[in-house]
Amino acid sequence: MGSVVVNNIVKTYGTKKAQVTALNGISFEVAPGELFGIIGPDGAGKTSLFRILTTLMLADKGEASVDGYDVVKDLKAIRKRVGYMPGRFSLYQDLTVAENLEFFATIFNTSIEENYDLIKDIYSQIEPFKNRRAGKLSGGMKQKLALSCALIHYPSVLFLDEPTTGVDAVSRKEFWEMLRRLKEKGITILVSTPYMDEASLCDRVALMQEGKLMSVNTPSGIVEQFGKPLLAVRSGNMLQLLRDLKQCREVEDAYPFGEYHHAVMKKDFSQQELEACLKNHPGVTIKAIQPDIEDCFMDLMKN
Amino acid sequence: MRSLKFLLQKEFRQIFRDKSILRIIFIMPLVQLIVLPLAADYEMKNISLSVVDHDHSGYSRQLVQKITASGYFRLNDYSPTFHASMQEVEKDRSDIILEIPAHFERDLVSQSEATLFVAANAINGVKAGLGSAYLQSIIRDYNGQVRTEWMQLPRFNPDLEIAVTSSNWFNPLLNYKYFMVPGILVVLVTMVGAFLSSLNIVKEKEIGTIEQINVTPVKKHYFILGKLIPFWILGLVVMSLGLLIAWLAYDIMPVGSFLTIYVFAAVYLLAVLGLGLLVSTYTSNQQQAMLISFFMMMVFILLGGLYTSIESMPAWAQWITRFNPVSYFIEVMRMVILKGSRLPDISRHLLIMTGFAVLLNGWAIMNYRKRG
Repeated sequence: MGSVVVNNIVKTYGTKKAQVTALNGISFEVAPGELFGIIGPDGAGKTSLFRILTTLMLADKGEASVDGYDVVKDLKAIRKRVGYMPGRFSLYQDLTVAENLEFFATIFNTSIEENYDLIKDIYSQIEPFKNRRAGKLSGGMKQKLALSCALIHYPSVLFLDEPTTGVDAVSRKEFWEMLRRLKEKGITILVSTPYMDEASLCDRVALMQEGKLMSVNTPSGIVEQFGKPLLAVRSGNMLQLLRDLKQCREVEDAYPFGEYHHAVMKKDFSQQELEACLKNHPGVTIKAIQPDIEDCFMDLMKN
Repeated sequence: MRSLKFLLQKEFRQIFRDKSILRIIFIMPLVQLIVLPLAADYEMKNISLSVVDHDHSGYSRQLVQKITASGYFRLNDYSPTFHASMQEVEKDRSDIILEIPAHFERDLVSQSEATLFVAANAINGVKAGLGSAYLQSIIRDYNGQVRTEWMQLPRFNPDLEIAVTSSNWFNPLLNYKYFMVPGILVVLVTMVGAFLSSLNIVKEKEIGTIEQINVTPVKKHYFILGKLIPFWILGLVVMSLGLLIAWLAYDIMPVGSFLTIYVFAAVYLLAVLGLGLLVSTYTSNQQQAMLISFFMMMVFILLGGLYTSIESMPAWAQWITRFNPVSYFIEVMRMVILKGSRLPDISRHLLIMTGFAVLLNGWAIMNYRKRG
C-alpha cells in the first residue's frame, strides 16, 4: 500500500467555452518514506495536484488517498497528518517567527516542545531571529520557517510545492539536505520543482507536462530509458551550427544546452556523415555524452 | 476550545500590531462624532438676502430690519431693480430675493393690504424651502405688529381663529445634534463590525494564509468565531467610546438605560459581522471587499434614516429600508437615547435584528468552505 496513491485524477478549470485541463488522468503511487519529485515546467499542473492531495480542492474525476485515507471522504484525518508548504510564503507576516510556529503548533493540538527534535535542525538556524516579524525575514529564512511550521505536528506525508523557486543556489542545496534528513525520519515527501537538476536528488521522479505524466521512474531509470546516442557539439558560430544540425539527416533533435548544443542522434549514425554534414564549421568539437534528466524531458516532450 | 483561544490570541495580536488600522479605529469616532454633527446641521443660517425696495418707506425699512435682526438672514445687497438682484442670485451671492413694491406702506395703511414678492434660488431645495418659510414667518409676525399698531383690535376677534401652540417632546429645543449623534454612532459601529471584519478575512485570502489554515484540522466554526469575536468586542469598545464622546462633547446622556443599548448593539454587531463574513466569502481580495463595502455603506446611510426621514421616502424606498439593518439600529438608538425606550419597546427591532444575524451568518457559513 502506497503512502500516496493517485488514480486517474482529472481536474479542469473554467467554463465550458474556455476550458483548461490542468490534470488529465494522472496516476502514480508513492511508497512510504520516499522522496518523490514532481518535475515539470510552470503550468504543468503541479500545484493543482498538490491542492487536491491536501484536500484544498476537489478533483473532477478519479480518486486519491494519502496515508490510506481518501482525500474526499476522510479529509479530516488527512488534515491531521499532512504537512503542506505552499509555493507562496503564506505565514502571518505580522506575527513573529516564534508566534507563527507556536500558532501552528496549537492549531494542530501539539506544542513546539513535543516535536522539537524533528524541526531542531531547521529551526535552530532561525531561532536567533525568533522575535522578528515573519515579514521581515530574508527569503531563505522565510522558507525555513515555513518548513518548520509545516513539520511542527510531525506529519507522515509532507507536500512541498516548489519550495526552491526563487531561492539562491546555496540555500537550495541546503534545503535538499534538510529534506534528506527528514526522509531518514520516515516522512514521505512529495516535492514539486521546475528545476530539472533537482530531479537527481529525489528517490523517484514524475515528469509532468500539460497535466499529464510523461514518465515515473528513478532518476537513473529515466536516464536509462533515453536509449539514443547523445552528442555535445560546439563550434565558432553556434547559431549557424544549430541550424545546420537540424538539417542533418542523422540528427533527430538539436537544442542549445549551456555552451554546447545537444544533438540527439538516430541509433546507427556514423560520425563521418555527421562531420560531412557540418563541414562548414571548421574546428567543430563533437563528443558523446550521457543524457541527464533535462535531455530526457526534452525527448519525452517531443513525443 | 484551546485552539479557539489561540486563534483569538493571534487575531488580537495582529489587530494591535496593525498601527494604521488601530489608529483609524480610535480616531474615526473622534472625528466623526466631533466634526460631523457640527457640520451636518439642518438649521439654515446666513441665508443671503437681496432686497429690492421700490417703496423706500419707513415700513419697508422696518421690515428689512426685522428680517436681518432674526439672525437667519444676511443682507447681501439693496438693489434698485429685480433684475439687478437676480444677477446676484446668478452669481451665487444671494439665495433669496425679497421685492417690496412701490406704495407698500400706503397700501398697507389705507387698504390694510399689501403684497410682497419672494423669489428663492431652488438649486439647494432645502435652503430655498426653509429660507422662504423663515421669511414668511417673519413677515407674518411683522404683519401682526402692524395690525396692532394701526387697527384698534376688537376685544374679541370677529374672525374665528385657531391658535396653535406646539411643544417639542424628547428634544424640546430641536437640537439637531441630539438627532445626529446617535445615528453617526451607528455608522461607526457598522464600519468596525462589517467592514473591518470582511477586510480582515479577505486579507488572509489575499496573502494565502487561509490556505495554510485550511489544511490544518482546525474546525471551520472555530476559525469563524476567532474572526468574529475580536471585531464584536472592538465594535462594542468603539460604541462605548462614541457614547463617551457624545456625553463629553454634546452632553448627550441616554434617557433610557445603557443596558438596552448594549443588548441591542450586541445583537446588531452579530448581524453586521455576518454581513462582513458574507462579503469576504464572495470576494477574493481587499480591493473588491473595499468597493463592495463602500457601495453598501452609501446605501445603508442614505436609506438608513440618518439624514433623511424614512417616513418621507417613497413606498418602494421604505420597503428597501426594511432590509437595511442600519435603519433599525439608528431608530433604536434615537428611541433609547432621546425617548428612554426600554427593552419591551424595542422588542420588534430586536427580533428582526436576531433574524438578520441568523440569516447573514448562516448564509456566510454555508458559503465559506475550507476547500475550493
